[in-house]
Amino acid sequence: MNLTLKIWRQPDAVSAGAMHTYELADVSPDMSFLEMLDVLNEQLNDQGEDPIAFDSDCREGICGMCGLMINGDAHGPEVTTTCQLHMRSFSDGETITIEPWRSDAFPVVKDLVVDRGAFDRIIQAGGYVSVNTGSAPEAHSVPVPKDDADRAFNVATCIGCGACVAACPNGSASLFMGAKVTHLGLLPQGQPERDERVVNMVAQHDHEGFGGCTNIGACTAACPKEIPLDVISQLNKDLRTAIKHGH
Amino acid sequence: MSHSHDMDMPDTVTSTEASPTGALDGEYDDAMGYYTPGEPLVDTKAPQGPIADRWQNRKFEARLVNPANRRKLSIIIVGTGLAGASAAATLGEAGYNVKTFCYQDSPRRAHSIAAQGGINAAKNYKEDGDSVHRLFYDTVKGGDYRSRESNVYRLAEVSTNIIDQCVAQGVPFAREYGGLLDNRSFGGVQVSRTFYARGQTGQQLLIGAYQALERQISAGTVSMFTRHEMLELIVADGKARGIIARDMVTGEVQTHLADVVVLASGGYGNVFYLSTNAMGSNVTAAWRAHRKGAYMANPCYTQIHPTCIPVSGSHQSKLTLMSESLRNDGRIWVPKNQADCDKDPREIAEEDRDYYLERIYPSFGNLVPRDIASRAAKNVCDEGRGVGPEVDGVRRGVYLDFADAIDRLGRDAVANKYGNLFDMYARITGEDPYSVPMRIYPAVHYVMGGLWVDYDLQSTIPGLFVTGEANFSDHGANRLGASALMQGLADGYFVLPHTIRDYLADGPFEPIGEDHPAVVEARTSVTDRIQHFLSVNGTRSVDSYHRELGNIMWEYCGMERTETGLKKAIDLIRGLRDDFYRNVKVLGTSESLNQSLEKAGRVADFFELGELMCIDALNRRESCGGHFRGESQTEDGEALRHDDEFAYVAAWEWAGLDERPVLHKEDLVYTAIEMKQRSYK
Ligand SMILES: Cc1cc2nc3c(=O)[nH]c(=O)nc-3n(C[C@H](O)[C@H](O)[C@H](O)COP(=O)(O)OP(=O)(O)OC[C@H]3O[C@@H](n4cnc5c(N)ncnc54)[C@H](O)[C@@H]3O)c2cc1C
Ligand code: SF4
Ligand code: FES
Repeated sequence: MNLTLKIWRQPDAVSAGAMHTYELADVSPDMSFLEMLDVLNEQLNDQGEDPIAFDSDCREGICGMCGLMINGDAHGPEVTTTCQLHMRSFSDGETITIEPWRSDAFPVVKDLVVDRGAFDRIIQAGGYVSVNTGSAPEAHSVPVPKDDADRAFNVATCIGCGACVAACPNGSASLFMGAKVTHLGLLPQGQPERDERVVNMVAQHDHEGFGGCTNIGACTAACPKEIPLDVISQLNKDLRTAIKHGH
Repeated sequence: MSHSHDMDMPDTVTSTEASPTGALDGEYDDAMGYYTPGEPLVDTKAPQGPIADRWQNRKFEARLVNPANRRKLSIIIVGTGLAGASAAATLGEAGYNVKTFCYQDSPRRAHSIAAQGGINAAKNYKEDGDSVHRLFYDTVKGGDYRSRESNVYRLAEVSTNIIDQCVAQGVPFAREYGGLLDNRSFGGVQVSRTFYARGQTGQQLLIGAYQALERQISAGTVSMFTRHEMLELIVADGKARGIIARDMVTGEVQTHLADVVVLASGGYGNVFYLSTNAMGSNVTAAWRAHRKGAYMANPCYTQIHPTCIPVSGSHQSKLTLMSESLRNDGRIWVPKNQADCDKDPREIAEEDRDYYLERIYPSFGNLVPRDIASRAAKNVCDEGRGVGPEVDGVRRGVYLDFADAIDRLGRDAVANKYGNLFDMYARITGEDPYSVPMRIYPAVHYVMGGLWVDYDLQSTIPGLFVTGEANFSDHGANRLGASALMQGLADGYFVLPHTIRDYLADGPFEPIGEDHPAVVEARTSVTDRIQHFLSVNGTRSVDSYHRELGNIMWEYCGMERTETGLKKAIDLIRGLRDDFYRNVKVLGTSESLNQSLEKAGRVADFFELGELMCIDALNRRESCGGHFRGESQTEDGEALRHDDEFAYVAAWEWAGLDERPVLHKEDLVYTAIEMKQRSYK
């Protein structure tokens, strides 16, 4: 198929960016979206034009490195990551708009690449269990009810891609944060630091410039791992409890 | 047949043991003219004595570092996968001054994240006869008696601590209804010792290690450099003292100095261009160290996985693994007649189908070990009976058919077992595996080879330690399923932190400045190389060279290797490498994010590695583990090992570009286990 691509180009963090239009012919429906961009880049390289920068690494939907706004949707039209989206989801003659994640807390580095360091800093603020290597008790000394373990796993599958933020009109990272708070809060190992964790993570979130949550739900709709919206209720509940406890 | 208890091979697979086969002529030296024989190599760090005491003894003998001095000792760790993140967190907790590097935008994205199946540990929670000794035995045997027994024993020994540590971090492993941890059995192993978190074990383990690392970053013991690529090692006065890294965003070339350097930079499967590795997986960190004096061990040992989704066109950028458990219920076949290859498979009559694994290996059928299944698939495709789209004139795919399983078990039961895999397949191929047979093809998955290390995980350069997939140490010629995750975490949490202190006890070493000749040399070599790539202004993209190199490697140094093929590959690689330096086209500047420039450096190193892999494969005129030499097989086409000649680690020393590498042999001596040749027929 033949496509018209409108792509955000920005040479670096400080320069202004603009949309550029490219025509791409003979796109196979079996290509992944990123392979389609590889082919475009090969073409640009041949023509002496700087290839378009975009992030990806695993290309199997698990590392969270990829992420593009495709026709205004984070990760495009399917519930999956950008790297797992295939061209058969588009049709011949279509015009596709491709932009980087849009959020003040994720500044553009170049073209479609953004800086998501803020996510790491939120985890640094408390998204862990404080246990030094070698000091762990025997694994079977603390049984965990299967339902809790399963639910902890489900929310722990967040890949840190940032689509939730990009999709949110407020630019909130509540889904990402709620997933971590819920994961650790469901396990006995996460209890001792539970209050502190949520308070510190939320403070860091706000400090990074992410917006507040107004329960729109665009995050969960865009989330490739289908992290449910109720992790945000859990986040708020944990925050209220922590405040009640005097944090 | 050698090996291989591989992952997801069910425990119904049994094997018979045959005695080692007779001596080989002894006159052969296929690699003559390609290498220079060197002095034998001995690991001087492994203690003697009963195998079960060695690690305790080594830990005791390794000198301690006073807590007050630790802050003054600086450690550079390249890589934040399981091997790097676990080491960085642990050494940070101990109070050392740690700097960590990764090329992605966050340490959490290292390719360990993609591991699916699970992690082994000798917990014996199932009371099914597992023990440290059995895990040790299975690993040495699975590695086809080409690994070092002391290291493997230690790996099995510390495996149990890993599970405790991960659970304490909040890793949500699968559990049983009683709330205890669940285990499954993998790879023909008769015991259930694999811990897992659905099909995302690597992700959950890495997030545990990443969180421990982030905790140390916030505590100020570890500094993290994301989007920084190590491009050179600094070796001053005989010791590894730092690295040259490029800030991939600003292009700044930086010098980082330390008392010791750890490489945890992962595997080099991307030398084949297409593999299940991540796009950025590379050999650069390890290769630059190799060029500075670190020996490269057994580079030709590659693991090829039979159940990956086939290539769909020349645009293909990577390959995706599907769990091998699919072979428990799927039947593998191709058409008997070439003329049927482009037909709808459902219209090919039963008698026109060749269930070739069931035909050639009646007792194991579709469950033959990984390498047998892989090689057989390649053979039928080479015969022109492959299926699926034609890519570069050949159809590379075989059917994996669930029609019988659906008839027998019902669609729901099949969906229950394999639903998520079927969904993934459907998303990638656009075909519905419930109604049309899946297509699969083998892909490069893991490399057992890597930088040579002693028992302390120290390379031949003092002060350079290597952990995880980047070293060669534990898996011999073939890795068991679910053992790479175990090794990465064993190295990082429990081994390196003890062995590195013995080295650091002599530190801090005399400070060196940016004007030290070794630093200047390393920086200049990095900037010269960058300038070269940007100034060639040729006609071909980096990717096009990488793809061509990958084709050569896959064709001649892939599933089956022969003397003629390997020699041809070496010529082809040399020619292509020359052309690359003269004709590559890298646009843009070095002062900003430049992904073509990053790739150019990686591909340049893959050329040199690829050549060494071929020389290593040429030298090893035996079939063992993942290395199959066409010249060394039984009449039935089974792999034939030659213990009398090749029971050694091949450790290669760099001698200069276009110079013959020097081969140092480390003899493998087994005291706690007896060498046996396996047979699966
Ligand atoms: C699809 C797939 C499935 C697998 N499934 C399993 C399984 O079920 N069980 C199992 O045991 N094993 C499995 N394996 C193997 C296992 O995942 C890997 O061997 C292991 O995770 C490697 O860990 P590592 O820490 O050594 O390297 P990696 O996780 O690859 O980390 C490498 C790190 O080094 C950094 N790095 C690399 N080069 C540079 C450089 N030049 N400069 C700076 N940083 C650099 C990277 O940024 C990264 O942080 C699987 C592998 C794959 C590909
Ligand atoms: S919650 Fe979902 S969308 Fe947000 S970072 Fe995690 S995986 Fe991505
Ligand atoms: S590239 Fe890893 S999730 Fe898309």
